[in-house]
Amino acid sequence: MEPVTLKVLRYRPEEEVEPTYQEYEVPCQDNWMVLDALNHVKERLDGTLSYRWACRMGVCGSCGMTVNGTPVLTCATYVEDVLPGPVVVEPLRGFPVIRDLVGDITDFMEKLGRVKPWLIRDEKKSPDEGEYLQTPEEVADYKQYSMCINCMLCYAACPIYELEPDFIGPAAIALAQRYNLDSRDQGEEERMDVLSQHDGVWACTFIGECSVVCPKNVDPAGAIQRYKVSATVDWVRSVLMPGRKP
Amino acid sequence: MKGASEWDRHAPSSAPNPRHTRYHPRWHRERIPIFWWVGHRRYTLFILRELTAVLVLYSGLLLLAQLVAIGRGPESYQAFQGWLAEPWVLALHTFVLLGLIFHTVTWLNLAPKALVLRVGKIRVPPRAVLVGHYLAWIAVSALVAGALVWVAG
Repeated sequence: MEPVTLKVLRYRPEEEVEPTYQEYEVPCQDNWMVLDALNHVKERLDGTLSYRWACRMGVCGSCGMTVNGTPVLTCATYVEDVLPGPVVVEPLRGFPVIRDLVGDITDFMEKLGRVKPWLIRDEKKSPDEGEYLQTPEEVADYKQYSMCINCMLCYAACPIYELEPDFIGPAAIALAQRYNLDSRDQGEEERMDVLSQHDGVWACTFIGECSVVCPKNVDPAGAIQRYKVSATVDWVRSVLMPGRKP
Repeated sequence: MKGASEWDRHAPSSAPNPRHTRYHPRWHRERIPIFWWVGHRRYTLFILRELTAVLVLYSGLLLLAQLVAIGRGPESYQAFQGWLAEPWVLALHTFVLLGLIFHTVTWLNLAPKALVLRVGKIRVPPRAVLVGHYLAWIAVSALVAGALVWVAG
């Protein structure tokens, strides 16, 4: 394989006011991922390059970056698939850049907590009463949404999140739906306070790019539209049948 | 102890960023260009889908104008018909029709994402939801066209 030029966005806040690009010639081997090329830079060419990664097998969700303009997991993107070079590597869009390819994800973590992504029960069973059983159909209802690895590629692909930073965002809403659609959960009403606001599902204009870039086929766009439909049905019911529990 | 320059052998030699201090770091925020949707096929299609909603509004207003012309009597309606037959109006309305078809197709294609139907325990396949929408579109269009032919005949 010919050496590949990586054009990497560098931002060193102590020395630079604006980010700059730095090019590296990387002697890539066959079947290398973009992350392998970055690791080669870090280990052999320039130890000052900063980026996040951990599992290098598409599970931890920390190596998300913008490669040639598209948000991807760099551990799951073959260098061959993004040629011809230079391969442009930038941090995920929509997050403030702390250094080089590292973005600040505090905003996402805070929003994730607001949708209460855990099982909420009105009455809890005691352990000796046994498990909460589910049928395979009940599991299938939410399984897809439970595959989210919090890699935030969907946020980087969402222009609304960039334009309206208060938007709860695709992954957090998909995870809220993961629990709303779980037959063991009784917290839909609590999550509604966050989801049915303007900054919740209604800020979404259904561009659909979040579902395109999702490496786990979670389909956050579908989750958001489904919630819009069920929120509207609940509202119509509450108008037609006042006093009825939603 | 090593000096800072020894640790940062690869750092650029430019002057330090005066707005950055160790405990008040200066983070970089990318500005969003106004034309963020240009140069990306799916973003552009999205904006076109949203903009063609204006043409939906226009065709609604056109229908209202037609009803007002009918209400004002035969002469007014004749004048309206004459205006509709003018070449530039025909050209405009051909463009509006294409825009409406684009809007309808892109809108219907999104329907299976929002609409999850169940028959008993089985989820209706998204493709069936999509086909159902298209069939409904064709059926309603045929009904309207049939009614128009019937009224005209």
